[in-house]
Amino acid sequence: MNFRLTQPAILIDINPLNELAGVNNGAGERLRVGALTRYRNLERDPATAQHLPLIAEALPHIAHPQIRNRGTIGGNLAHADPASEMPAIVLTLGGRLRAQSAKGERWIDAADFFVGALTTALEPDEMLMEVELPKAPPRSGACFMEMSRRRGDFAIIGVACTVRLDDHGRCAEARIGLCNAGDGPVFATQAARSLAGRAIGKNEIAEAAKLVQSEIDPGGSIHASKEFQRHLAGVLTMRALTKAGERARGSA
Amino acid sequence: MNVATRNFGAPIRRNEDPRLLCGQALFVDDVELPGMLYAAFLRSNVAHARIRSIDVAAARARDGVVAVYTAEDLGAYWAPGPLLVPPPPIEGITFNQRTQVPLAKHKVRHVGEPLAVVLAQSRYLAEDALNDIAVELDPLPAVVDLEKALTGDARVHDDVRGNIAARVRQSRGDYAAARSRAKHVIARRFLYDHGASQPIETRGIVANWDARANQLTIWDTTQAPVFLRNGLAGMLGLSERQVRVIAPFVGGGFGPKIMLFYPEEVVIPWAARRHNRPIKWIEDRLEHFFATTHERGQTHDAEIALDADGRILGVKDVFLHDTGAYNPYGLTVPINSQCTLLGPYVIPSYDSTFTAVFTTKPIVTPYRGAGRQHGVFVIERLMDVAAHELKIDRVEIRRRNLIPPDAFPYNNEIIYQDFAPLAYDSGNYEPILDKALKMIGYETFIAEEQKKLRAQGRHVGVGVACYVEGTGIGPYEGAKVQVQANGKVSVATGIGTQGQGHFTSFAQIVADQLGVDVPDIDVVTGDTDQFYWGAGTFASRGAVVAGNAVNEAAKAVRQKILKLAAEHFECAEEDLEIGNGEVSVVGVPGQAIKLGALALKANPMRGAVKPGTEPGLESTQYFGPPSGATASGVHAMIVEVDPQTFTLDVLKYVVVHDCGTVINPLILAGQIHGGVAQGVGNAFYEQLVFDDDGQLLNASLADYLLPTALEVPHMDIAHTVTVSPLNPLGIKGAGEAGAIPVGPLFAQAIEDALGLRDRNVELNEIPLSPGRLFELTVKLR
Amino acid sequence: MHPITVTVNGTKYERQVEDRLLLSDFLRHDLLLAGTHVGCEHGVCGACTVIFDGAPVRSCLMFAAQTDGHRIETVEGLAVDRDHLHPLQQAMRDCHGLQCGYCTPGILMTMKVFLEETPNPDEAQIREALSGNLCRCTGYQHIVEAVKLAAERMRK
Ligand SMILES: Cc1cc2nc3c(=O)[nH]c(=O)nc-3n(C[C@H](O)[C@H](O)[C@H](O)COP(=O)(O)OP(=O)(O)OC[C@H]3O[C@@H](n4cnc5c(N)ncnc54)[C@H](O)[C@@H]3O)c2cc1C
Ligand code: FES
Ligand code: FES
Repeated sequence: MNFRLTQPAILIDINPLNELAGVNNGAGERLRVGALTRYRNLERDPATAQHLPLIAEALPHIAHPQIRNRGTIGGNLAHADPASEMPAIVLTLGGRLRAQSAKGERWIDAADFFVGALTTALEPDEMLMEVELPKAPPRSGACFMEMSRRRGDFAIIGVACTVRLDDHGRCAEARIGLCNAGDGPVFATQAARSLAGRAIGKNEIAEAAKLVQSEIDPGGSIHASKEFQRHLAGVLTMRALTKAGERARGSA
Repeated sequence: MNVATRNFGAPIRRNEDPRLLCGQALFVDDVELPGMLYAAFLRSNVAHARIRSIDVAAARARDGVVAVYTAEDLGAYWAPGPLLVPPPPIEGITFNQRTQVPLAKHKVRHVGEPLAVVLAQSRYLAEDALNDIAVELDPLPAVVDLEKALTGDARVHDDVRGNIAARVRQSRGDYAAARSRAKHVIARRFLYDHGASQPIETRGIVANWDARANQLTIWDTTQAPVFLRNGLAGMLGLSERQVRVIAPFVGGGFGPKIMLFYPEEVVIPWAARRHNRPIKWIEDRLEHFFATTHERGQTHDAEIALDADGRILGVKDVFLHDTGAYNPYGLTVPINSQCTLLGPYVIPSYDSTFTAVFTTKPIVTPYRGAGRQHGVFVIERLMDVAAHELKIDRVEIRRRNLIPPDAFPYNNEIIYQDFAPLAYDSGNYEPILDKALKMIGYETFIAEEQKKLRAQGRHVGVGVACYVEGTGIGPYEGAKVQVQANGKVSVATGIGTQGQGHFTSFAQIVADQLGVDVPDIDVVTGDTDQFYWGAGTFASRGAVVAGNAVNEAAKAVRQKILKLAAEHFECAEEDLEIGNGEVSVVGVPGQAIKLGALALKANPMRGAVKPGTEPGLESTQYFGPPSGATASGVHAMIVEVDPQTFTLDVLKYVVVHDCGTVINPLILAGQIHGGVAQGVGNAFYEQLVFDDDGQLLNASLADYLLPTALEVPHMDIAHTVTVSPLNPLGIKGAGEAGAIPVGPLFAQAIEDALGLRDRNVELNEIPLSPGRLFELTVKLR
Repeated sequence: MHPITVTVNGTKYERQVEDRLLLSDFLRHDLLLAGTHVGCEHGVCGACTVIFDGAPVRSCLMFAAQTDGHRIETVEGLAVDRDHLHPLQQAMRDCHGLQCGYCTPGILMTMKVFLEETPNPDEAQIREALSGNLCRCTGYQHIVEAVKLAAERMRK
């Protein structure tokens, strides 16, 4: 709006809706984050630090403290910037989102929510109420890494991944998501699947990174060509998977 | 009687800070006047086009809009701006003067060129009305690439063939002969792109015509208020006395605020007079990217001839310079490149030719460094390539070529931007180099640390770069020093200040002469009613030229104080002592008079004064240096590069600098820190990216990457001092030094860190970036 | 038009504001608290930072209408007067942490809250906290030193 790119006729300030702010850490395996929760609240929330390590690791990369003091999770997800960290993370974690309108409410899976660049499955009369995310299970590790020109800038490429190990130390499930790698957040299905049932070793990781490179479709920008973004996606996938694997092995 | 130097040279805290820290300093946008109107400019959204029509009827009809003007409405007032800096008297030069216009007529020549202005009751309404204006443009091909500009059909100015703004050749010695004698000749192409200055305060102007007083008052974010006053008075048909220009606190300038007669600066005062109301225009950041001048790219084809020992026999350079759509600032930038290339080295023969090229991009005028970066990059990179090819250490080859201390004054036999021959007044370069090497730990780094780190898989490299900087050029500045009846001292000069601490540096000079404390000295800069004459703040000249004028005026006031006090005490001047705000008789306790009381005595109500006596304890003096004083220095750094993501971590950064006598080391350090930060931005983060249509693709601070506290490294600074013989204080300028050598330093250190020399990759361009390093090292191999 | 009641530096203001009026413009031009500066109007430079209900925010990214019932602190509220500066202001002066001073109000407001939350910061933390504020003059080094010095003095 400050660039006069949009000039809305009506603007609704939802900031006073306090009931939409905050993290609801129930006893179950899932945790709910209200749409009006600010980045800053998440940064300070012990439940987030404990159960959503991926988010905790990504938050410092999102803009600067003054922005994080105002920016909301709901605003971020509804805005669905393909370069933004949170959509990729919600997708990677397999979260779901609750939308509400005068007609009623519905839950939308992250995979269905992010439709494309700056577009979501929300109807014009719907509001995003909250997002529900699975807590990190035992014997799992997560890692978020991004490359940006300066800290706080939108990522040139960002990789979020989680690894859960089975009793033999092999990969039970891996999930890999990327930001700024397509016209929405990208879930690297094949790469993630390639790791299932295998050890998280150097070769396996390199293979997965290759698959990631083939699964993404980055747009290129003045800061990085498509080729460089693809290169970085490979590099960061390898680094993040290695780290997530280590963390999984280290966790009980 | 000696002058105490309690203040001069000390890290005195700044007088101006409390106001700034409390949010009480006046910046242009803080000026609020009753009845004020607000202006917004409609700007071209294409780079090059003929204007078919501009229909402002709907905008005029909008509620809250007071007026809308186009070029036609300006009538006889419409005229291209003056040439601010005429070309130096160099034989055989070509120069095609084409200066900017207040509002585009017939043609637009860059994105952002103003087409119309709206005056409205609020800025919001004025911006709304811009959407109501219908403009029909016939697009023309953009002129973006420099080489294509010379040969293509598209012309920025219909009557300038080949888009040649200027062509200048300067030489010394016989390069051809040197080349034929040389053992080694190395030729390379270098690209150096310098970005936009982006002060955190954009430009702005408030103009108020007071019909009762017949006076026009202008608050402007300018670095040169006196010239602005004189020019506007001429354009508006007023006498200079009727125009007062105030450059209040200015939020950073770095060059582009020295550019004068920007379209807005010409249109707003005219409109204020016409409407008999104050009018404010404040540039927004998006506009700033187009409406404020840039510095940009040069392409150099350079060649160096050396003997078997790596001694330079000669340098040849042919380069293209992008001057943008107009060239009001003459040749300052490319001449600086041409001259600064010679650096601290003995270069017996030099043959340099440049062509300045008109393009359909915003105007190029000096930005901190003002073309010096480009020249330093070329010579420093040539030295690096030569070192590699001749298998001589990078530092050793530099050392062999430094101008020896006994060679000063050293004449380079070409003409500098100030029209004087490029002669270095004084210097001693080798100790600077040695100090920098010691501080960075060059020897041990190369011999041990780097090997150790490499073995650990870390990619760490070192860089060392030298430079000289012509500073403190003329023509002149003046200053008025006046003792007030309350004992405080006021100082006025004609230059503007943009954060360089002039309030304090000048006060320090006066404090020592007059024996008063720095906080008791009130310095006014940038108000043409306080001081009538002057040139402006540019080319690292404020402290040198105005500082010396202040010193001369303070000395004259000191003489007056002593003379009057001697009469008062009926003693000899030699028996007097000045200090603590009073004059006292040495050795006679109780015999003292406050400066304020003396000032009152100097302006008696009754009685006769002797013929020839001037009332008041005040003096106005001028200073004009015969030519510029040459500062010099060496920067060195150690950098770690991630070989896969190509992100950098500067582990250590040192600056050793010689700018003659130091007035205030704290302020000097601040100038260097700020310069290095801008150099870092230029080297690795900032670039104005234009597409083939002349559209700027990154016109926001989100995409034009100013370095933050995380990108700018901690710096260690040291000084050496060779006093300038060209001015009584012995000072040399320091405003630009920090920024100048950072480009070649980055290129050299990154090459070293990634071992690129062994892979035959040279980094012969600036800015670099992770993406560009990827292309140069991974993709192209 | 919206009626708002907002407390700025302890003073309660009741005003009618246009919907689209930015908080930065409201502070500067309506309340004449011009110490809050505007450098970009798109959330990047940090010059406009004010403290909103205790947290530093960009005033150029908020509407005045959103401040109804809230509390704002601006640079004008930091010092008692020019001779009695806040320790952070004093340290900025002592360390030459400002040149043109245009970015300074935003930096002071950001760092004030930072020091309240992080009374004993190291250099890396300070730089991180500073990274949302652009300064084109100082190269940040003296600001970092000033924040360190202020922290030290405030701990005593
Ligand atoms: C300098 C700067 C740097 C930044 N860097 C990053 C970065 O690195 N990474 C990153 O991810 N983001 C970054 N951002 C963007 C920042 O995170 C945004 O503020 C955030 O994405 C939007 O949050 P908001 O709460 O302000 O939403 P708003 O801007 O208020 O809203 C965004 C959109 O979502 C809609 N909306 C908001 N809430 C809801 C809801 N509950 N239901 C339905 N629709 C809704 C709005 O109508 C609007 O269309 C940056 C921003 C700035 C200014
Ligand atoms: S003016 Fe608000 S962040 Fe720049
Ligand atoms: S002091 Fe000038 S921008 Fe920071």
